[in-house]
Amino acid sequence: MNVPQGTAASAAADTKPAQPITLQEAAEFIWLEADLLDTQDYTAWLALWTAAGRYVIPIERSGDDHADRLNVVYDDRLMREARVQRLRSGLSISASPSARTVRTISRFRVLGEQAGGTRLRCAQHLVEYKYDRTRTLAADVSYRLVRADAAAGGCIALDEKVVRLINSDDALFGMGYLL
Amino acid sequence: MSLQPMSQHPISRESGDGSPPALPRDYAALVRDDRVHTSLYVDPSIFEAEMDKIFANTWVWVAHASEIPQPGNFKTAHVGRQPVIVTRAADGRVHVLLNRCRHRAGSVCEQRQGKTSVFVCPYHGWSYDLTGRLRGVPHAGGYDASFDKGDFPLVSLRVEEYAGLIFASSRPDIQTLDAYLGRAKKWLDLFMKQGAGYGIKAAGAHRFRFRGNWKIQLENTTDAYHFPIVHRSFLTSLDDETEKVFDVLGQGGFVEDLGNGHSVMVMIPDRVDLEQNLDAPIPERFQALADELAREYPPEQVRRIVRAVGGSGFNVNIFPNIACSMAFFRVLRPVAVDETEIIHMALTMDGGPAAANRARLRLHEHFQGPMGFGTPDDAEGWERVQRGAAAGADLWVMLNRGKERDVSAETGMRGAYQMWRRMMSA
Repeated sequence: MNVPQGTAASAAADTKPAQPITLQEAAEFIWLEADLLDTQDYTAWLALWTAAGRYVIPIERSGDDHADRLNVVYDDRLMREARVQRLRSGLSISASPSARTVRTISRFRVLGEQAGGTRLRCAQHLVEYKYDRTRTLAADVSYRLVRADAAAGGCIALDEKVVRLINSDDALFGMGYLL
Repeated sequence: MSLQPMSQHPISRESGDGSPPALPRDYAALVRDDRVHTSLYVDPSIFEAEMDKIFANTWVWVAHASEIPQPGNFKTAHVGRQPVIVTRAADGRVHVLLNRCRHRAGSVCEQRQGKTSVFVCPYHGWSYDLTGRLRGVPHAGGYDASFDKGDFPLVSLRVEEYAGLIFASSRPDIQTLDAYLGRAKKWLDLFMKQGAGYGIKAAGAHRFRFRGNWKIQLENTTDAYHFPIVHRSFLTSLDDETEKVFDVLGQGGFVEDLGNGHSVMVMIPDRVDLEQNLDAPIPERFQALADELAREYPPEQVRRIVRAVGGSGFNVNIFPNIACSMAFFRVLRPVAVDETEIIHMALTMDGGPAAANRARLRLHEHFQGPMGFGTPDDAEGWERVQRGAAAGADLWVMLNRGKERDVSAETGMRGAYQMWRRMMSA
């Protein structure tokens, strides 16, 4: 599988549908992303995204109109970059060090094509550990993956990721890592 | 303060093994003018006494009026550890009801908020209206003739409101909310100016817990000293102009003790009155928003809205559980001696321009919440206080910093702990 080098092209630029993304390709991509997040290789993680990509962790589990509601995270490219810079800066006491995380993603289901991309939904179980405490966070995660055209290497990129925590509307806790 | 709190039972000091109750504590000795004793963070018996002597004994914030705008609207909240329902009845009046069926104690509502005309206990079906009146009892024939539904309403607390802030009290006999807020009212009025004439609307909230005593959080809202230290990573994420705005120690701010444990901390003096300085240039970070608003609104209204979007330049801390903090409400809920829940409620302009309200939500997300650029570092700092307080049981927590007109003075904390001492020794 091809891993994008640098920020991939925007989905909006893909006018004609590229070759569909298979379940196997999608799973490999999402597992790669999970590994980059657990190992906190955030620079490589940023490179998985399209320029117009949106990273969202809503508070309300239903609905898609995230822009007009309060979210935990509602990041465009600039906010993602600022977030990564903060986590890597050494200036944040919650991230230096953060809790350790181990996450597993499965229950992949392809939901269909949308806006030139492939929509999937899957389940994520994350375990975090810090200060003699181990906690779990479960989430339904939906993705929109796009494939750049063949001239750009045909690599897959992340155009939208929405993490719906099982307890998103209840009391959470400070997180110095990414979901 | 000689009466027992309504619908509260004094906490028994008797131990389970039949030994005599412990002697009353000398709480006053644990608070000095410039320091408080470490036991205030770690002693479970002090926490129990606080629930009784403070949270069941004064005005506790439960809602903003915009959360229950219409008759039938309700939300659930807590007064200390007691779950309550805040309702707006058919006549528009607000009621705060203990969320406990008068039959066998089942909770009658488990929704965060909603709209209804009735609360039904799921266990045996007793039903209550929005005022707490017991409406129906299934198979009522099983009770004897003396049974009167009028004897078993949901327990109702006293309710008063100021500037849209709704408070409840378990005490029928304490001073009015107006008198309790006193000098803080002026600052609450100034804070609400960020409604830009539309009025303030509660627009979602971040909720999180940290392992630490509630007073660590209470202190934090009047602590400018930590800001450039704990929030360096937030500050470096800002453009240069905005970073100067958040130079909270460098703008001639101050802290003022407002009495009754309340205080105000002015960090950005230019943003005390959002209806002044409307001729100032639009900051670069809001220029795109101003341009968008200018297509629909006259220039003076654009300036007023844009200035309001940036929020107030101060925190007003109301003892014991609410602060109006720059652009949001900070609500604290004591859970245990070493666990506290915080709600950071985002605020928008009620019916205001969607673009301006989106900007406010994005600003809130930037700093607040479990993954904001500020809150996780605050929470980490507070947990470190609780972990550190496990050492040195005979040591004191120092609150001796600063002079009266210094923004990083610990004046607000000293005021809050003097109120704590008064209430705990009453």
